[in-house]
Amino acid sequence: MHAIVCIKSVPGTTEVRINPETNTLMRSEVESIINPFDAYAIEEGLRLKEAHGGKVTVITMGPPQAEKELKEAVSMGCDEAILLSAREFAGADTWATAYTLAKAIAKIGSYDLILCGKQAIDGDTGQVGPGIANQLHIPQLTYVFKIRAIDFAARTIEVERLVEEGREVARTRLPALLTVVKDINQPRYPTFRGIRIARKMTVPVWGPTDLPDAEARYLGLEGSPTKVIKVFSPPKREGKAEMISAETVKAAADILSNKILAEKVI
Amino acid sequence: MALLIIDREACTGCGACVEVCPFAALSLVDGVAVANDNCTACGACVPECPVEALSLPERKEAEADLSAYRGVWVWVEQFQGRAASISWEMLGQGRVLADQLGSALTACVLGQGVGQVAREAIAYGADRVFLADDPTFSAYRTEPYAKILVDLVREYKPEVFLLGASSRGRDLAGSVATLLYTGLTADCTGLEIDPETRLLRQTRPAFGGNIMATILTPNHRPQMATVRHRVFEMPKPDPGRQGQIVPLKVRLSEEEIATKVVDFLLEGEEVNLADARVIVAGGRGVGGPDGFRPLRELAQVLGGAVGASRAAVDAGWIPYVHQVGQTGRTVRPDLYIACGISGAIQHRAGMSTSRVIVAINKDPEAPIFDIATYGLVGDLFEVVPALTESFRQKLARR
Repeated sequence: MHAIVCIKSVPGTTEVRINPETNTLMRSEVESIINPFDAYAIEEGLRLKEAHGGKVTVITMGPPQAEKELKEAVSMGCDEAILLSAREFAGADTWATAYTLAKAIAKIGSYDLILCGKQAIDGDTGQVGPGIANQLHIPQLTYVFKIRAIDFAARTIEVERLVEEGREVARTRLPALLTVVKDINQPRYPTFRGIRIARKMTVPVWGPTDLPDAEARYLGLEGSPTKVIKVFSPPKREGKAEMISAETVKAAADILSNKILAEKVI
Repeated sequence: MALLIIDREACTGCGACVEVCPFAALSLVDGVAVANDNCTACGACVPECPVEALSLPERKEAEADLSAYRGVWVWVEQFQGRAASISWEMLGQGRVLADQLGSALTACVLGQGVGQVAREAIAYGADRVFLADDPTFSAYRTEPYAKILVDLVREYKPEVFLLGASSRGRDLAGSVATLLYTGLTADCTGLEIDPETRLLRQTRPAFGGNIMATILTPNHRPQMATVRHRVFEMPKPDPGRQGQIVPLKVRLSEEEIATKVVDFLLEGEEVNLADARVIVAGGRGVGGPDGFRPLRELAQVLGGAVGASRAAVDAGWIPYVHQVGQTGRTVRPDLYIACGISGAIQHRAGMSTSRVIVAINKDPEAPIFDIATYGLVGDLFEVVPALTESFRQKLARR
């Protein structure tokens, strides 16, 4: 069994503070973490390895310091790590990111599963997973809540996917790409042994010359069909809440229900 | 690795760019702006520089003839023959965009036994409906859905293609845009046409709603976007509207499709938060699984759904499908009643665009009051039942 897990280094949300003046992220407190949804993908890969043997490779595209997140994945139990980092990759939108990751995965060669988090918490797009699957022309199962069965001999997988109406049970052939939701598992902590292994590991860094199949015109900013033209603060809500108070809870509830009914939202 | 070009000679070290950078990528070193690897080439700093010392690399112009692409398309999502309301919201906005562009609005209806959905699409504003009615489209699957839409786009060349930002819509949009090599902007909360360039200005939140970005797809077609639920008004259907229904041939046989949908495990309870007009949500303050009971009663009286904060879900008091916030669902109901929810930024990211927000919390300092329309400081176990009773009486009189 070979699972490839795609992760993203994102600003740690719990540390993120918004500057009330400029409404931007305050720099001093931003520390990068593994995108929380990707931690579930890592855990699912590790569970498959424990159940079926094999290995888990973790890959990311990002700045050189994203090596930290790859090493954290290794300290959780991933066997190999690859960092895609080069000036040519910078400024990539979801299309160019998926293209680059797909070319790297194609170079890695044989795999049974590609696992991704359902989306990253900074961009929130959820587009890179489907992008990779379609670049590689393999089936995708998104928003996976549970792997019900996987048969490496028959090359099939059956999962439960979270959809708006509940859960859908779907089956497809391997290799496949899965994006996973939070409920699928509880990610483990790094082990001391894992931390030691990660510390000694030299993470290979791949640039464009390591991806001979990747065409330069599809990489990074130049390869990205979308262009961000403006970034701004969301419109703020006017003022603070209108506070309701009264002698009794019942009286306060009556005032509140009247206010809500007057808003004509029910 | 930063792509931002900084003219070190021109830079006066005023720091204006440092202040506006949403990614904490800029700093002043020896009185000159320096960009680090956090730079995403978003361009937010470029217009802020008073001495025009900042720029981004020029991108090559497209070779393709973009004027061959005309018309606005909407994918109409349906489940078991019922259209998702978000599809009609998008047809409403699609109509506005098509009229601005002086072009036609096309709905793509894929399913089995969905002729009625196609007729509804015309009533909701479509001029033309591509209708693929076949057993292979019965339940949503990426491969056949993406295949037929990609083929149609290549043949008919729409200028704009909109899909709902539902789980299926995101799955499909990400696939279609990849195969077509075009731009896709997720979860838009604003779509407008630039009258000079005909370009679709797509505005979306990022970083859990702390930042808004306006995005263009200048050189690729169609310009694709997914749109969040309840961003655009639901249009009024006109059953008398005339339109053309174009039946389509099936592109893939069942044998060519790897994925099979085996079963659906549908939720008995009202958990379709995305569709809910009213959400009553509980957080740490509800204290345990039983604490959701009064919230459920209030939701029932108001015809709403029950939501929860991450704290309540992580504590195991209520399943994840109820979770609202950055790691849960993003909702924008007409009325959001937050009970015992402090209002951490991660929660607010998932609900702050609700029309009316009511906060009920013991702690008068809780940050939820900063974004609430109405606030009530008190014990939710007293306030919520009293509110339920008050609504029950008043609604019975209507």
